[in-house]
Amino acid sequence: MLPHYFNHLFVTGTDIYIADVLIILTSLGIVGVLTYFKKWKWLWREWLTTVDHKKIGIMYIIAATAMFFRGGMDGLMMRTQLAVPNNHFLGAEHYDQVFTTHGTIMILFMAMPYLIGLINVAMPLQIGARDVAFPYLNAISFWTFFFGAMLFNLSFVIGGSPDAGWTSYAPLAGPTFDPGPGENYYLFGLNLAGIGTLASGINFLVTIIKMRAPGMKLMDMPMFTWSTLITSILIIFAFPVLTVALSLLTFDRLFGSHIFSMTHGGMPMMWVNLFWIWGHPEVYIVILPAFGILSEVISTFSGKKLFGYSAMVGSMVAIAFLSFTVWVHHFFTMGAGPAVNSFFGVSTMLIAIPTGVKVFNWIFTMYRGKIRFTTAMLWALAFIPTFVVGGMTGVMLAVAPADYQYHNSYFLIAHFHYTLIGGTVFGVFAGLYYWWPKMFGFKLNERLGRWNFWTFIISFNVTFLPMFLLGLMGMTRRMYTYPPGLGWSHLNMIETVGAFGQAIGMMFLAVNIVWSIKYGERDVTGDAWDGRALEWSTTSPAPEYNFAHVPVVYGRDAFWDMKYGKNREKYQVKAKPYRPIHMPNNSGRPFLMSLAFFISFWGFVFKWYLVGGLGLAAVFVFMYLRSFEYDTDHYISVEEIEHTEAAAGRL
Amino acid sequence: MAYQLDAHHAPVDSSVPLEYATEDGSLKILGFWIFLAADVVLFSCLFATYIVLQHNTYGGPTAQQLFDVPGFVTETLLLLTSSFTCGLAIFEMHRNRLQPMIGWWIVTILLGMGFVGMEISEFAKYVGEGANITRSAFLSAFFILVGTHGTHVTIGIFWMLGLLVQLLRYGITAITARKAFVASLYWHFLDAVWIFIFTVVYLTGKVS
Repeated sequence: MLPHYFNHLFVTGTDIYIADVLIILTSLGIVGVLTYFKKWKWLWREWLTTVDHKKIGIMYIIAATAMFFRGGMDGLMMRTQLAVPNNHFLGAEHYDQVFTTHGTIMILFMAMPYLIGLINVAMPLQIGARDVAFPYLNAISFWTFFFGAMLFNLSFVIGGSPDAGWTSYAPLAGPTFDPGPGENYYLFGLNLAGIGTLASGINFLVTIIKMRAPGMKLMDMPMFTWSTLITSILIIFAFPVLTVALSLLTFDRLFGSHIFSMTHGGMPMMWVNLFWIWGHPEVYIVILPAFGILSEVISTFSGKKLFGYSAMVGSMVAIAFLSFTVWVHHFFTMGAGPAVNSFFGVSTMLIAIPTGVKVFNWIFTMYRGKIRFTTAMLWALAFIPTFVVGGMTGVMLAVAPADYQYHNSYFLIAHFHYTLIGGTVFGVFAGLYYWWPKMFGFKLNERLGRWNFWTFIISFNVTFLPMFLLGLMGMTRRMYTYPPGLGWSHLNMIETVGAFGQAIGMMFLAVNIVWSIKYGERDVTGDAWDGRALEWSTTSPAPEYNFAHVPVVYGRDAFWDMKYGKNREKYQVKAKPYRPIHMPNNSGRPFLMSLAFFISFWGFVFKWYLVGGLGLAAVFVFMYLRSFEYDTDHYISVEEIEHTEAAAGRL
Repeated sequence: MAYQLDAHHAPVDSSVPLEYATEDGSLKILGFWIFLAADVVLFSCLFATYIVLQHNTYGGPTAQQLFDVPGFVTETLLLLTSSFTCGLAIFEMHRNRLQPMIGWWIVTILLGMGFVGMEISEFAKYVGEGANITRSAFLSAFFILVGTHGTHVTIGIFWMLGLLVQLLRYGITAITARKAFVASLYWHFLDAVWIFIFTVVYLTGKVS
């Protein structure tokens, strides 16, 4: 087994060599900078061992940004290949790998960690909590996600990338048609990251149920926290399905079982069903938090309370429920028959109703408001029409007979990019600009922000609007090239121009971050935007313990109420003396345990069972050490709190 | 509510069972219930896969030919009894009686080991007859479903062994009580899953 894989261990090819060199140079650069500035200890103490939800959130966002870059490069490579007919910039096999990694990375290692990062940053602050329910588990969540993503990315240079699409359909992804380690990387990388995601879901749910500030009823919670609650429930019920699907395919590939085989009685469609029973709730897992961000941003920058609060909650619950009843719409063409297809077509269309309710509520929130057109608000405003286009074309796709025409065409590609970029990514950008001062204590520059916004939004539409037409003209997804004379060439060229435009748009964000670190407007009040929820009532960035006194809440929009509302007097109670604050200790074990997982799973990818087994044994040793650890937390003394609060000018 | 401080300086609420007495304890118990909900979904998918594939024997042995009634009935009795003794251990824990608690705890572990031992020999027997995981889709689904449960039980045994050491070392405190209680939830859950395996896999397999 070993020599066979050894021959193909390191992938060859010009772009791979460039990647090799870049990876080595970047790694050397990071090591050099850390050593030169003597920052190793700082990195370990302040970041790698942290259990603070705010720092973990920031690490999620950094990792997601890196993955956005990687997935974006894949996208640019695809668009370069498709710019002109009969192009041979990428070969067919290589193109397969690039669209596979593009899809997988963008959904699982970009969209999800961006949102989980923002949830980590904002949600505990919004409910007046001092941390999440299980801070140590939160660190494990992050590091398993991080090492899962690293394992997946390692395939690019060692062993070869997966190439069966992000949906990895059996039997194409099975051992017969796709030997080699690429698909194993997909299975193990996703399963490792999935552990962290499930743990995050449980963590956030318990946090919201049990740790809200005194007085805050469920129906008083900020809408972003509500969206987190619903998303967590979706994660808890959807992610185990993915775990099972991935594990079953792993058994087929590693141990020769026949769950999804073509022979020995296996059933490939079982993979497709399991995958989409997870996969459809998954698209709501990545859109509901974006809806939550939008609700916060629109309400704040309209200076009004959210219109139709209960309807907003109810519509999210309805969407979450329906999301488990629609999965067959991803394969109407399987031919399940008119009855089954009708059921799933109708249930899919039903989702448009609660989504429509949300759209109208956002619009009514703005109605007669004093709108401030900040960059965060621009992203939120762009979200609405873009997402409506994505949603309406989704209803078109839900018409089962018509879907036989659209299925797997560029019409579908355009549809889900309008929802995933126009929805999730715009929502993430709105959230980044909005909570940036809360994370780092300074605002991003508004002028550069508008450049970022306008270049990106225009380029986005230039890229993806023509795809609807190309789909209707018969261009199918995942084709690596096409002949001239089909009328596709101009539209494809336009799309490629748009894709590079989006890259330029992202450069403005990078420039903005660098510029703002140095010159950005400092947020000294903690309330950068005249905000409404509790996260703006503490300093920016918030201290380790979040709130010196846990706030008592008397209704919705607690901080707005505190500043201008009818309960103003109640909030003005004399500050009690500080009490010592109970906080969890930092630990290096989540990092090391996830590293052991990484090594173990890397061994399994190459069927080196000794490495795999030893790595797993190490994981269990770390779990045992945790079980025997009784000194897990500490108190922050009153003097230290006084010192921190005085430094923030809050005493 | 009377508050006191445990060895760990966290406030202890003596009006609720010991395992819920610290805030951290009640959070962790709720978290574990939710984890079990996720585990229900995991097993549901494996059951669904098994039900879909159970007749796809591809000319290999069928469930009826393979399963041995005295064997799987003994396994069932061992596991069900262990769930009962686990309940007794927690009952004694609530009466703050360490010795009987540890006694029942050890009995639970031994019964669990007996169950896993029998399952391993059952699997070995099947493999010896050529009925291994690669033989047919039915056998693949069987080994993965029942094996996942067996792996859960094995992990549970190591978990309970670790807690045994902690119970001996620290006695019954708010922390050890919470840990033992959570492990017992896990153990009862595996028992419930086994009842479904007994019915769906073994009984149905034997009669159909």
